Amino acid sequence: MTTAPIIEQRSIPVVSTDSVIEIEHLYKTFGDNTVLADFSLVLRKGENVAVLGKSGSGKSVLIKCIIGLMRADKGSIRLLGQDIDNLDHQELDEIRSRVGFLFQSNALYDSMTVRENLEFPLRRHWIKMTSAEQDAKVLEVLSNVGLAHAVDMMPAELSGGMRKRIALARTLILDPEIIFYDEPTTGLDPITGKGISKLIREMGEKYNTSALIISHDMNCIRMTADRIIMLIDGTCYAQGSYEELKLNNDPKVKQFFE
Amino acid sequence: MALSHTWQQFLDETGDISRFTRRFFLQGFKPRYEIAELLRQCYIIGYKSLPLVGLTGFIMGLVLTMQLRPSLISYGAESELPAMVGIAIVREIGPVITALIFAGKIGSSIGAELGSMKVTEQIDAMEVSGTNPFKYLVVTRVLAATLMLPVLVILGDAISLYGSYLGVNIRGITSFSLFFQQVFDALSFSDFFPALIKSYFFGFAVGIIGCYKGFNSSKGTEGVGRSANSAVVVSSVLIFIIDLLAVQITDILGFN
Repeated sequence: MTTAPIIEQRSIPVVSTDSVIEIEHLYKTFGDNTVLADFSLVLRKGENVAVLGKSGSGKSVLIKCIIGLMRADKGSIRLLGQDIDNLDHQELDEIRSRVGFLFQSNALYDSMTVRENLEFPLRRHWIKMTSAEQDAKVLEVLSNVGLAHAVDMMPAELSGGMRKRIALARTLILDPEIIFYDEPTTGLDPITGKGISKLIREMGEKYNTSALIISHDMNCIRMTADRIIMLIDGTCYAQGSYEELKLNNDPKVKQFFE
Repeated sequence: MALSHTWQQFLDETGDISRFTRRFFLQGFKPRYEIAELLRQCYIIGYKSLPLVGLTGFIMGLVLTMQLRPSLISYGAESELPAMVGIAIVREIGPVITALIFAGKIGSSIGAELGSMKVTEQIDAMEVSGTNPFKYLVVTRVLAATLMLPVLVILGDAISLYGSYLGVNIRGITSFSLFFQQVFDALSFSDFFPALIKSYFFGFAVGIIGCYKGFNSSKGTEGVGRSANSAVVVSSVLIFIIDLLAVQITDILGFN
């Protein structure tokens, strides 16, 4: 027997002038497995929202649908005011240049140095910069994550925490309006994880970004999120601040805080 | 039942490879052209394969000459040795052995590299960075493999013939100019041309299979290993099938 969730998803306001992501009634299935079922979400400008759910609950699928790496079966996704499903490749690339994505596995290009990894999005999105400006930008974001000295290192020479910081620097290099974090602390020890969570918060404030954080690490979520959305059974089961959800007696919500 | 399942899998995979190849032709010749990456891949796939191709070619020429000599002596035809080795290397052994070495080195390397990029989300990261990963990774590698293998075959043939020249001189004395004059007197356009054309198809097969296997890799590191392995196996088998078709076509066209 489960108690009612805090807020039913249908009550979430989906039209907002300052919203940067609006998702309405999203469905995604893989064969017989439904991972998203009537999921809705709104992310407002400057807000950090965490999507909390068990492994395999569809959190990563959700952000891949938002960024256009996967197509949802049904529902609508508006990213920075544009309907993702109606964009052609060029428009999709243009909108992707305004967002950053920190992958769970960091996704640093093994064959490139740290500098080349950071320059890659600048070159590919045709950002007009002289090579001196490009160098300065690379060093600026590396300094912000505390790794300016690693500029000429290869990804294989970096520790797990350093890789995560470099991956974060790569997401920041285009001055994104929104950053997607896919399990940012997975595979890191608690101390390094805490450092990364702190850095996410600091960088959000410094670069004035909104963030959608996918995680099941409660420490990370507590440190980084203004609002938490609980993705349970493919739907937005409950939402609220960390403190609000912690006090909730619904067993499905409570299990994450035990 | 087991046979029909295997047959089904074979047909499914053949269909998938055909669709992948179609996608290559649809996307490969439209802008944006990845010229810098194509040149980088030509360097990696071509130049860096040369030492291995050269070494195997040299040994192949030397060994072939030493193995053929006793048979030709018994027929009193030792003087035909350069011509016979030359024809064998240029028409068949050079392209096929070079292509097989190429499949082992480049096919596995492409399969493993793209497979590893797939499972570590590097391909997704590339897409998010405004890059079409199919064009950047697949088109450039397939084109580089297609363009570089014929060059390697020509160089491999030359090194192989030099190995043969040394092989001839182990038990006898033949001048460099006489050896190569005998080789080229025995060869004609119809020996070079089909061998060169089929080398392009061998290179394309190695490139497209390596990329297909890597791009569709799954199941973590185990899947990467499997991609690399099956890239070599499938492209090696394809090389022999293309060779079989090539010999039939050249026969029909009167090149044999």
